[in-house]
Amino acid sequence: MTSEATIAIPLYLKPWLFFKRWVLSTNHKDIGTLYLLFSLLMFLVGGIFALLIRAELFRPGARIIDPELFNQMTTMHGLVMIFGAVMPALVGLANWMIPLMIGAPDMAMPRMNNLSFWITPLAFIILLSTLIMPGSAPNFGWTFYAPLSTTYGPPSTDYMIFAIHLLGISSILGAINIIATILNMRAPGMTLMKMPLFCWTWLITAFLLIGVMPVLAGTVTMMLMDRHFGTSFFNAAGGGDPLLFQHLFWFFGHPEVYIIILPGFGVISQVIPTFSRKKLFGYSFMVYATCAIAILSYFVWVHHMFVTGVPLAAQLFTMYMTMIIAVPTGVKVFNWVTTMFKGAMTFETPMLFAIAFVFLFTIGGLSGVMLSMVPADFQYQDTYFVVAHFHYVLVPGAVFAIISGIYYWLPKWTGHMYNETLGKIHFWLSVISVNVTFFPMHFLGLAGMPRRIPDYALQFANFNAIASLGAFVFGISQLLFVYIIFRSIRKGKPATAQVWEGAEGLEWTVPSPAPHHTFAVPPSLYENGITPPLHAKGVDAEGGGGI
Amino acid sequence: MSATNMPQGVTPISHAIYDLHMTVFWICVAIAVIVFGVMIYALIYHRKAAGHKAATFHEHPILEMVWAIIPFIILIIIAIPATKTLINMDDSSDSDLTVKITGYQWKWKYEYLDQGISFMSNLATSQDEMQNLTPKNKWYLLEVDHPLVLPVGEKIRFLITSNDVIHSWWVPALGVKKDAIPGFIHEAWARINKPGIYRGQCAELCGTNHGFMPIVVEAVTKPEFEAWVKQQIKSPASAGTIAIPQKPLSKDEIMSAGKTAYEKNCSVCHKDTGLGMPPTFPALKGSKIATGNIKNHIDIVLNGKPGTAMQPFGKILNDQDIADIITYERNAWGNNTGDIIKAEQIKAARNQQEKTK
Amino acid sequence: MTNQTQKNRKTLIILILITIGMFGFGFALVPFYNLLCKNLGINGKTSNIIEVNKDPVDMNRVITVQFTATSNANLPWDFYPMTKEIKVHPGENEKIAYYAKNNSNHTMTVQAIPSVTPGLAAKYLKKTECFCFTQQTFRAGEGREMPLLFHLDKSLPKDIKILTLSYTMFDAEKFKKASTNKTQGKIN
Repeated sequence: MTSEATIAIPLYLKPWLFFKRWVLSTNHKDIGTLYLLFSLLMFLVGGIFALLIRAELFRPGARIIDPELFNQMTTMHGLVMIFGAVMPALVGLANWMIPLMIGAPDMAMPRMNNLSFWITPLAFIILLSTLIMPGSAPNFGWTFYAPLSTTYGPPSTDYMIFAIHLLGISSILGAINIIATILNMRAPGMTLMKMPLFCWTWLITAFLLIGVMPVLAGTVTMMLMDRHFGTSFFNAAGGGDPLLFQHLFWFFGHPEVYIIILPGFGVISQVIPTFSRKKLFGYSFMVYATCAIAILSYFVWVHHMFVTGVPLAAQLFTMYMTMIIAVPTGVKVFNWVTTMFKGAMTFETPMLFAIAFVFLFTIGGLSGVMLSMVPADFQYQDTYFVVAHFHYVLVPGAVFAIISGIYYWLPKWTGHMYNETLGKIHFWLSVISVNVTFFPMHFLGLAGMPRRIPDYALQFANFNAIASLGAFVFGISQLLFVYIIFRSIRKGKPATAQVWEGAEGLEWTVPSPAPHHTFAVPPSLYENGITPPLHAKGVDAEGGGGI
Repeated sequence: MSATNMPQGVTPISHAIYDLHMTVFWICVAIAVIVFGVMIYALIYHRKAAGHKAATFHEHPILEMVWAIIPFIILIIIAIPATKTLINMDDSSDSDLTVKITGYQWKWKYEYLDQGISFMSNLATSQDEMQNLTPKNKWYLLEVDHPLVLPVGEKIRFLITSNDVIHSWWVPALGVKKDAIPGFIHEAWARINKPGIYRGQCAELCGTNHGFMPIVVEAVTKPEFEAWVKQQIKSPASAGTIAIPQKPLSKDEIMSAGKTAYEKNCSVCHKDTGLGMPPTFPALKGSKIATGNIKNHIDIVLNGKPGTAMQPFGKILNDQDIADIITYERNAWGNNTGDIIKAEQIKAARNQQEKTK
Repeated sequence: MTNQTQKNRKTLIILILITIGMFGFGFALVPFYNLLCKNLGINGKTSNIIEVNKDPVDMNRVITVQFTATSNANLPWDFYPMTKEIKVHPGENEKIAYYAKNNSNHTMTVQAIPSVTPGLAAKYLKKTECFCFTQQTFRAGEGREMPLLFHLDKSLPKDIKILTLSYTMFDAEKFKKASTNKTQGKIN
């Protein structure tokens, strides 16, 4: 294999090579890069929708967008952030890191991997184009309850359904690829209980995806049938039931939120041990806890429906199940803290984001315990208390975990250390503004402010203004993140293979930037652990490639 | 004036909910203090820069079991009062009064089944306040034209359903929130301890004006309630006809009144420009309805278009407003039909419908 | 085919089968949900089966049954129960009527959908004759009384003393069935 730098490429070939490398890629690193860049773009798009929302809510009274457009913004913000920003980013991290972590040359099915990626931008072109279609874009919340979305939904709803089908296919194929890769392609000697926790969390997440995305596909198909083919799954007029929609949606929806967070847990479980210079505490309990969370997640969907009139028995059962999920989640938090305890910590940017994750995800988790208490939930449900809860677990939760992972692995991808000073500025701006934005929302919800309203009573004005200011600072701070990333592609101190003093794992045995192809021959592992010396046998001698 | 906590409310259930909320809250605070305390300690003392050398322990199954079991026990302790309160909330038997609540896009209908009273309750805040043309009053977006009047001390059973999409009836001070689902009826109950005015909002996204259909409960003493009931039966608080103005108004005056009424009631969907948002909200500018047969125009405004968001405004507005709006629609945006509709025509159309009853 | 490729292909096939299975499971949840709700009697829906009363009357219990009506989506109809509330003994045959009138200027077909609260009581409300069993077609301006014949099953839980039967009238044009009830009624 020769490096491209040693051949003079004729000018007319360059566009074709670019097309071949990126559009026809079967390389897990390049596909990982594509997912990450796409998710960054969607993060900014979803962020703009959020800022339109917060601008409208800055003060009471009609401001810049009317109620109809406001409902479209809340809907699209949710869909874009969940399906366009967070999930593709996690898949991008999986693509880049899983083969490297297990010593595999690539994913199990590289061509299917390519298909999985390219379906995603297609789906979002369709979804975002609904904003410029005649009639409105989807305006019924990312949860698209019937009959608001079926009988009363705008024509663009059908395009949204199509986009969701495409995204489902992409996720399912991606999950299959991840399972096959992890189960079949680990280097000899790497048993399941020796592989990095990031791989474990993705293995479990992939099974969750295969379990629930098809149910979502079925649900949106039923929506389409109700809208156009005369069925009445969700229409009481024909003997159907709007609540059936909610059961089906949340049967998908609850495991979905664990799908979003578990790989983030995996990232944190890689970052904290590295910067504490101490092995992860309680590896096997971390694995069992993740499995427990995944299994329990199938039983709690009714907690999104406590006020819909479900019978008492269902409410009680769900309350108990939801409370129980707090136990394995708590175990994970305690284990991260214990990993840090009596370690020798340094606070580079990945570690800062990981520490903030532990603090702030815990706050989100505790507000989740409050929400699980059914009688109290009658006052919290559909208020800003819920908005505060899920934004805490999503933003300083999932998003911070992703950002931590990006800072952590950027030197491996680009070959350059990102600018640490700028990284720290990005961190402090983000962590302060994220709390200024979302903490007041707890109070707004308790004081009585409902969700999804474009205008509000005067007693909610002060906290809304504060939240809006925080949101704008947070949004602008992410532009700094974009700059840091792109700058490190070209500039920065050259990174070693090891990059971080306390890092352990096969990914740190390949050069930085990681060569285009790695582990063509599986690495050999020590008998008592999987940390070979820096230059393990079997790694490609050449550099080059990478981004 | 910014509240930071849930109200204690004025019913036994709202009190029970508040107590449960505060209990769980303080337990969560305690857990957070312990966990964050350990973390902060480690962040200060277990730093490489402070010279700390990393320990090597990485597992302790017994400790893991302990900190799985202790939270489990704490959860069981919290679950007990939660279960008791929930079972109590589920029991709406032996009520003294039944009120049926129907959610509409975008207002509430209240029916006192035993007394035979029924009326619509609409947001009463003016468009001017919402468009920032006049200062907002204290109860901005939390005021209605016809509040739900209830007696204190009695057990009130609420029957909740919907006319169209899912809404949710929520009054924090009463501790009641229940979804309104079309085709289904659900019940909730409350016993209000204290007279007063209690305000709430719709708590399930139901379309464009989800944020503009508040709930106002006026709790009064039993004698005051009986008196109110009597008065309602005599002169119902529903929309109907008003006295026809004696002085004939000029076209400009009618158009001005029509524009105001249009912008208050119709703009939200059909827009100030009359362009609407087709196909969901048809354009009125140049439309067949607004430039064609007057009878059809009156009919659709009075009776709405079932299966769409077009309400039967005959049930909400009086004859004069309807006439002014139709006049405005038929002449604005270049429609220029020259038609001036009078309140008598609306009254006649209503009577025609009455005759077929 | 290398061993690796074989293993991957096997995994692929198993996982695709699981995916298809879960898709089918999603659809299977629909009848499963309906079955569960009906058998546990928890969604407040009464059954469509004509139940002939064979129970003796339990004179020791008195249950209040309320009746209410809702017209869906601003249907231009009058629709209300002619009796608002009755007190019944379990096992006793009761007959009441609802009145419906089509105020529009064209023939309409409607379906009345029942809902009972408390939800658990629905299972014990047995109907011998109900206008909700079939779709109803009314000409423009036509109005008629529609009878409801029912009894409460004697095994109605002791703690239920009041129940409300609500009908919502829906426009059934989209779901029109071949045979609908067109019993002649009053016009004007």
